[in-house]
Amino acid sequence: MTIPEHFPEQVVEDALAAFSGRPENLLQMLIRIQAALGHVPVDVMARLAQALALPLARIRGVVGFYAFLSETPQGLYRVRFSDNITDRMQGGPALLEQMCRRLWLEPGHLSEDGLLTVDTTSCTGMCDQGPALLVNGLAIPRLDPARIDRISDLILARTPLADWPEALFQVDDNLRRRDRLLDHDLAPGDALRTALARGRTGDREAAANARSWREGMPGGQGPLATLEEIKHSNLRGRGGAGFTTGLKWEACRNAPGDARYVVCNADEGEPGTFKDRVLLASQADLLWEGMTVCAYVVGARQGFLYLRGEYLHLLQPLEASLARRRRAGLLGRDILGQAGFDFDITIHLGAGAYVCGEESALLESLEGKRGIPRNRPPYPVSHGYLQRPTVVNNVETFCAAALVARHGGDWYREAGTAKSSGTKLLSVAGDCSRPGIYEYPFGVTVAQVLADCGAEDAQAVQVSGPSGVCIGREGFGRRIAFEDLATAGAFTIFNSQRDMFLVARNYTRFFAHESCGFCTPCRVGTAMLKNIMDKIEAGHGTPYDLAEIEQLDRVLQTSAHCGLGHTACNPTLDTLKAFRPAYERRMTSLDFEPAFDLDGALAKARQMTGRDDAGAHLSLKDHP
Amino acid sequence: MTATPAMSPQPPAATTATFQLDGREVPFNEGQTIIQAALAAGRYIPHLCYHPEFKPHGSCKLCTVKVNGRPAASCTLPAQAGLVVESDTEELNGLRRTLVQMLFAEGNHFCPSCEKSGNCTLQALGYDLGVMTAGFRHFFPDRPVDASHPDILLDFNRCILCELCVRASCEVDGKCVFALSGRGQTKHLVVNAASGRLADTDADLADKAMEVCPVGVIIKKRVGFAQPIGQRRYDARPISAQALEDAPRPGAGSPGCAACEEGG
Repeated sequence: MTIPEHFPEQVVEDALAAFSGRPENLLQMLIRIQAALGHVPVDVMARLAQALALPLARIRGVVGFYAFLSETPQGLYRVRFSDNITDRMQGGPALLEQMCRRLWLEPGHLSEDGLLTVDTTSCTGMCDQGPALLVNGLAIPRLDPARIDRISDLILARTPLADWPEALFQVDDNLRRRDRLLDHDLAPGDALRTALARGRTGDREAAANARSWREGMPGGQGPLATLEEIKHSNLRGRGGAGFTTGLKWEACRNAPGDARYVVCNADEGEPGTFKDRVLLASQADLLWEGMTVCAYVVGARQGFLYLRGEYLHLLQPLEASLARRRRAGLLGRDILGQAGFDFDITIHLGAGAYVCGEESALLESLEGKRGIPRNRPPYPVSHGYLQRPTVVNNVETFCAAALVARHGGDWYREAGTAKSSGTKLLSVAGDCSRPGIYEYPFGVTVAQVLADCGAEDAQAVQVSGPSGVCIGREGFGRRIAFEDLATAGAFTIFNSQRDMFLVARNYTRFFAHESCGFCTPCRVGTAMLKNIMDKIEAGHGTPYDLAEIEQLDRVLQTSAHCGLGHTACNPTLDTLKAFRPAYERRMTSLDFEPAFDLDGALAKARQMTGRDDAGAHLSLKDHP
Repeated sequence: MTATPAMSPQPPAATTATFQLDGREVPFNEGQTIIQAALAAGRYIPHLCYHPEFKPHGSCKLCTVKVNGRPAASCTLPAQAGLVVESDTEELNGLRRTLVQMLFAEGNHFCPSCEKSGNCTLQALGYDLGVMTAGFRHFFPDRPVDASHPDILLDFNRCILCELCVRASCEVDGKCVFALSGRGQTKHLVVNAASGRLADTDADLADKAMEVCPVGVIIKKRVGFAQPIGQRRYDARPISAQALEDAPRPGAGSPGCAACEEGG
């Protein structure tokens, strides 16, 4: 495996051709080029700029935005250790060190021989089988010292990735509890057939709305019948925000415009969550079915799956599953023989940017741009992909919608609570004996989940990831439901041995790393928050710093551009409330302490001179 | 001093809808954002990244107001009849103070030696909002300057990432000399040349983009301190007293260009 000699003209032309030379596919081209060359050299950007009629600076801006793209060489092997708190608890940092020692390099720097880089990355969604890493984008879970040695050997031998043992890349689904979603009995096409049949036999008059071919079919009400079922089911978005799905679909359907889009948000980046990974691996047909039902209801002809780059291993199976559906007449032209029912789905990859899980940032990314959340209003239902009406839903939402289309709204409402119908998939990880996916009807208590997964000694649960809430034992009686603990699915457990300050610090670093930097409060505030947590960790924290955290929280809550900034202080504030001693025991002074570390300032000089003796250190205490 | 037309309230349109700003009615035209209507009516809302000639994008958040009790950036929120908007409150001015402090802490701003001192929007806002201390630990980032261009110096140390030069270059000059790269604390301005140097772009001193920098990033060479500090724009009167005198404030931002990426 060597860098191709025919670099890079053919690679660029291939990328342009594969994505029909359209500027909105820029990110997809860049991902392909990065994979082929190990980086995106500036002359490649210049060629793209010319071919796509875009300013070079803008392409450079896109490369600079996504963590998985790089302008400088990253070597033949790009190794990224997942840096989520669960990976850390499972021993990730020691394994990273082991690999760096073994391969003789520093984290974050290209090895001397140009062979590889080793670095960390935000949660890769393998919390149930961590610690995990990505090598050239492909996930390797269940790391241990033996696996690290094995991987190091393969890298040193320059073994092509395709020849690495398959067992390394084996990802388990860990399905632990099934309810009506995971236990469904649908065959591919069932939900669509039911929706089409319902349209024909509806007893209401044909809809007056003739915007799409689907309206006004003889003797029926077309897709409105299925839209009514979705609305009646009271299905709410499973990505965290909980917007009513039926209303979203209806708003998109009614928005003026000639083209509509259906987008599935599979950019599951919230640390601690991995349920979409399992749905994509085990329920792809149900997802496609849900998206196609949505296309039928709103009148869309094109759909996208925005798949987070960390789930690259799912790309081939998903493409294969789409191909099967095309062959079966469930995608493409005249779906199920219904003249004019045309719909197809394209998969777009992300490239390491958590903020792209925010739906309007996702749309920007889908258009090949930097993933900056848009100003709202207008909303995606009227101004989405390419400013056209667009439905953006989570993977689990589309899966549930397919079930509703098949079995009806009443059936779906049988499960759950009054305000939260149906079931919820939880990504259970952390300190428990049976981590994995648990599907419960809404209303289940935290205590019940803890009992089922074998978490005997839990002191805290982070519900819905860092942007959610951290609850202590007193909150274990609370229920998973929109009216109590709303969640996108992450359920991370910490036992009584865990230092909750370090948990909060990890999450704080995550937000600072993932802030898109668009707005002042989040760009600066998340960095300041990280600095404060580092100061407290270094033993220099004081009550002033805690007050500053509260001040930053007010600024972020009031003025941040999107949810990332709004929630960035939550982990710190929650743990301060429930686990204050974890902070206080790090504080040496109740009065002001400078953050400036005199001795720390000499670290670079020590590194440059290779000295680390007593004389190379300074201490305020020793030298008053 | 005589009032320019922009200072006096615009004559109301034929059918005038209004919203309330700090207890007083403000008329607006369809398509105006809150800040556009307010400024047109002679009402000041502190702002930094908003400029009447370019498409608003809402990144600095200084113009944050409360609309029916909920915070929103007034430069991007469309005006609607009947909205109740609060702006000149201690809470919101305190927020603006903190945001200015955050910008000062993030970059390397040394006012006494800065050629922009006295003409700097960030500095003027700091004075006007009553920023008395740094408030936060400085980041002291390492940002090299670009002095490659014969007529223009780029001192990125002072960049507040407002994107005014990005927008001016794309929307007005049609050159797209500037863009942004990186994210979070690595977010930074880049120029449109493979070398990354301004000298290798088609930037020109006469470009709109070269005159819009609110701080001291884009500096004209060989004219430094031609106007003495002390006799500069904001040395005479605070920014709140002058903001309404700026160039004509059209009802809506310029149409924008297809290549502009952010700020939709």
